[in-house]
Amino acid sequence: MSKKVKVYSTSSCPHCIKLKQFLKDNSIAFESVDVSSDPLGQREMVQVSGQMAVPVIDIEGKILVGFDKEELKAELGL
Amino acid sequence: MYDLVIIGAGPAGITAAVYAARKKMDLLVISKDIGGQAAWSGDIENYTGYQFITGPELAAKFEEHMRKYGIDLKENEAATGLTRSGEAISVRTNKGGAYEAKTVIVASGKRSRELNAPGEKEFKNKGLTYCATCDGPLFSGKDVAVIGGGNSALDAALQMIKIAKHVHVINIAPKLGGDPIMREKVEKSGVVTVLNGAQVTSILGDKMVNAMKVKREGREETIEVQGVFVEIGLIPNSEFAAELAKNEFGEIKVNNRNQTNIPGIFAAGDVTDVPEKQIIIAAGEGSKACLSAFRYLSEH
Repeated sequence: MSKKVKVYSTSSCPHCIKLKQFLKDNSIAFESVDVSSDPLGQREMVQVSGQMAVPVIDIEGKILVGFDKEELKAELGL
Repeated sequence: MYDLVIIGAGPAGITAAVYAARKKMDLLVISKDIGGQAAWSGDIENYTGYQFITGPELAAKFEEHMRKYGIDLKENEAATGLTRSGEAISVRTNKGGAYEAKTVIVASGKRSRELNAPGEKEFKNKGLTYCATCDGPLFSGKDVAVIGGGNSALDAALQMIKIAKHVHVINIAPKLGGDPIMREKVEKSGVVTVLNGAQVTSILGDKMVNAMKVKREGREETIEVQGVFVEIGLIPNSEFAAELAKNEFGEIKVNNRNQTNIPGIFAAGDVTDVPEKQIIIAAGEGSKACLSAFRYLSEH
């Protein structure tokens, strides 16, 4: 069963680009929220993560901030 | 034992890696991140060959160039110690391991200097940030402050002009530094207020930043802002290299062949005392350091 994954990011942030590329490379489907153009999405990101840095990734309720390949692999079971 | 371990993968480290790969040296690159400060830069208009490129784009090009050679690369790994005993140089890292090499290039760059003001730690990533490129778009239509008065502060202000409602620039010096061309853009934008001779004394907020206190001419005022970008300069990532000679700023001393005081250990880019911190200079220094390491290997 694939996990439900949601990524909060902006178009300019280098780690966001890398995170999304990593998910694509590993064939992980994810919902993408651009918090720079989506105020509701931004509010939701602040609510779930308690902070404002991007990227934020929500893996079935487990919230990770930033892009750490090893941490992601462990959470996604890769 | 590796021929060469490169610490850092910014413009200097990546360029050194490209040169080392082409010399077919047995090579390892260790780095916390890829692209270094270049990846966090805004618009770049002074890297020869590119009349205009953004920092993340240029960093991606550097990375692509390095990866073309299939280099052994340890990401998210930072050096914590560097020592030489006999012919072996040992690089210890935060992952608990140690790598041995005949030569090492330190290209670990610089990191943002902190304000050391109350509220800074509490509100980090809660409205206070050190990276306008990454977090800037979150402050669309909001009032923000850029703290600093040099090129990186101007760069952050120029990025925020396009995004924020209003930008306060809080500069501790009597007037703005940086390149005149950037200064003019900031001053002509119409959405920037520059406060010179001003010091941020605290960051205020509830869950997120909502204001800051600024002291100027002996008087303290509160300015309401939702975002604070700290751009007050950089400090070298050189603490782990305890045995290397450094200048008063903690920058590693190198000669014109990028040699440090320890044979076999070279350094390049912003972590060194080479004057002027520029992407193109760091890249050039990286290539020089690699050629010096290659020469050292052939002579030893």
